[in-house]
Amino acid sequence: MSKVVGWIDERFPLTKVLKEHVTEYYAPKNFNIWYIFGALALLCLVNQILTGIFLTMHYKPDAASAFASVEYIMRDVPFGWLIRYMHSTGASLFFVVIYLHMFRGLMYGSYRSPRELLWIIGCLIYLMLMAEAFMGYLLPWGDMSYWGAQVIISLFGAIPFIGEGLSEWIRGDFVVSDATLNRFFAFHVILLPLILAGLVYVHIVALHKVGSNNPDGIEIKANKNSAGTPRDGIPFHPYYTVKDSFFAVAFLMIFFAIVFFLPEMGGLFLEKDNFAPANILKTPPDIVPLWYFTPFYSILRAVTFLGDYSKLGGVLSMGAAIFLLFALPWLDRSPVKSIRYRGGLYKAALVIFVIAFVSLGFLGLKHPDHYDYLPFLGLKNVTWAQIYYFIYFAFFLLMPIYTKLDKTKPVPDRVRYSH
Amino acid sequence: MSNDTNTKREGLVNPGQDTPRRRFLRRLGLGMGAVGGAATAVPFVASMTPSARAKAAGAPVEIDISELQPGEMTTVAWRGKPVWVLRRTPEMLATLKKIEGEISDPASEKSIQPQYASNELRSAREDILVLEGVCTHLGCAPITAFDTGEESVVDKDWIGGFFCPCHGSKFDFAGRVYKGVPAPTNLPVPPHRFVTDNLIIVGEDPEESA
Repeated sequence: MSKVVGWIDERFPLTKVLKEHVTEYYAPKNFNIWYIFGALALLCLVNQILTGIFLTMHYKPDAASAFASVEYIMRDVPFGWLIRYMHSTGASLFFVVIYLHMFRGLMYGSYRSPRELLWIIGCLIYLMLMAEAFMGYLLPWGDMSYWGAQVIISLFGAIPFIGEGLSEWIRGDFVVSDATLNRFFAFHVILLPLILAGLVYVHIVALHKVGSNNPDGIEIKANKNSAGTPRDGIPFHPYYTVKDSFFAVAFLMIFFAIVFFLPEMGGLFLEKDNFAPANILKTPPDIVPLWYFTPFYSILRAVTFLGDYSKLGGVLSMGAAIFLLFALPWLDRSPVKSIRYRGGLYKAALVIFVIAFVSLGFLGLKHPDHYDYLPFLGLKNVTWAQIYYFIYFAFFLLMPIYTKLDKTKPVPDRVRYSH
Repeated sequence: MSNDTNTKREGLVNPGQDTPRRRFLRRLGLGMGAVGGAATAVPFVASMTPSARAKAAGAPVEIDISELQPGEMTTVAWRGKPVWVLRRTPEMLATLKKIEGEISDPASEKSIQPQYASNELRSAREDILVLEGVCTHLGCAPITAFDTGEESVVDKDWIGGFFCPCHGSKFDFAGRVYKGVPAPTNLPVPPHRFVTDNLIIVGEDPEESA
């Protein structure tokens, strides 16, 4: 065995790579449960790729036969239902995991120097993941698939001068059609998975260059022993491979409970209107994107107060809502990273932001003129969305001010297990 | 890294020789490469624009409205879009004047309609309204919201018209958009002509106006 390894090592840096990234990659010893979501996201990606390959063997990217081929997978292909439900459940849980992973970053300041680029790569992954999910959602050619694509592609039409031509170029037709389905299939199974895999690789390389952050937001590399390893670090393998494996099993238990007992999640993971084939003459009465897009969808339709510029304003707001995530490392001026050493101002801001984000997500699932959100207050859903719209943007745009004013606590030299 | 480059430079026969010429050739080479790369992208980018077949699929469609009762609407597909034909009742027409103040573009100055439908009712014939059922916000198909009061899908003060379920845009019985909703302009009126009183062709202008 060692002879084989030696032979390879002379030709490829196998042992060196394994040491650098696994057995001698020192991660902070005080990781808590919030640090499992990176590994779980990787697990989700592998699940999507594997199940996707097998779905491709039976699926037909053709407007005339796409819907029927999905039904065929569900009814006639042995275990086709299982593979498809793993793919559809995997998509939703991928976003659950990614949102928790991003929230972890917000809590512990994982985007702060020297991890700005790591954060930006992560934001790019999130952006690509949204594109991947959006294009995948057209493929079953259900009624919601069709109209969802129609709306999102029309967003580009709001761009002055080039918008109309751009949305025609994306669709390859004047409306969403067979040409659109065919190219979305190409992007969904080839282009975006390649980009995603590349970005995930770069994300991990960047992480291992700067080292992991931790719940205390202390740089463990600042305190090394005589051997040159961080005093507060432990090797990734076996310590964190074991921890991640344990939580991977726990995650898969939840995952398959959903696959077997709640694959539609009451219309949240698979919408009821998508069980009917695309009808180009009639938009479903309650058109909503899948839940992971609804916070941004709420922001889009909250802009009704700009008169003739409401459409453009909505599209720009949605773009800005995502772009601001990229700018986070430069908006935060606090001297400390972790929420453990921040003052009440930032803690309050983060709590309000989470309430705003979740509320926007809820409101995006509801009819704008109805009264589903705290109905006893008598405000329309769209009014609530407008309130949370301003809170969402205030969280980012006022961050340079409130993080500076915030009363922080002194940060210790070494990490702690709890506080 | 910089050490490596220095060693290599030292290995050159005459390191400082012809520097401007070399710089020029390097830039020329990179520039030509960029031009070539851009030229290569042209066919690939162009392949994604609507194909000849997609462009050809825009033939006019005929609609027979002899069975259409007052207050009823029919929908046909033209160029892959829903086109509505509504036979308006006098009550529907009467609503148009009442809500003029709530309409964002009452005279349809910023909206798309052929010259023969550029009037208060946005139609060539008083009762027959022909509209593209494509919301000017983001391209959803609005739904009919003809019921008023408690039955209404919009709210209890609703006077009747069309409603876009995607983002809540509201339109009256002439396809004119209300103020304070995301859609910027009125629903477009497609080119259409009456062959007989009961036969409409969508996609062609009347002969005299063409």
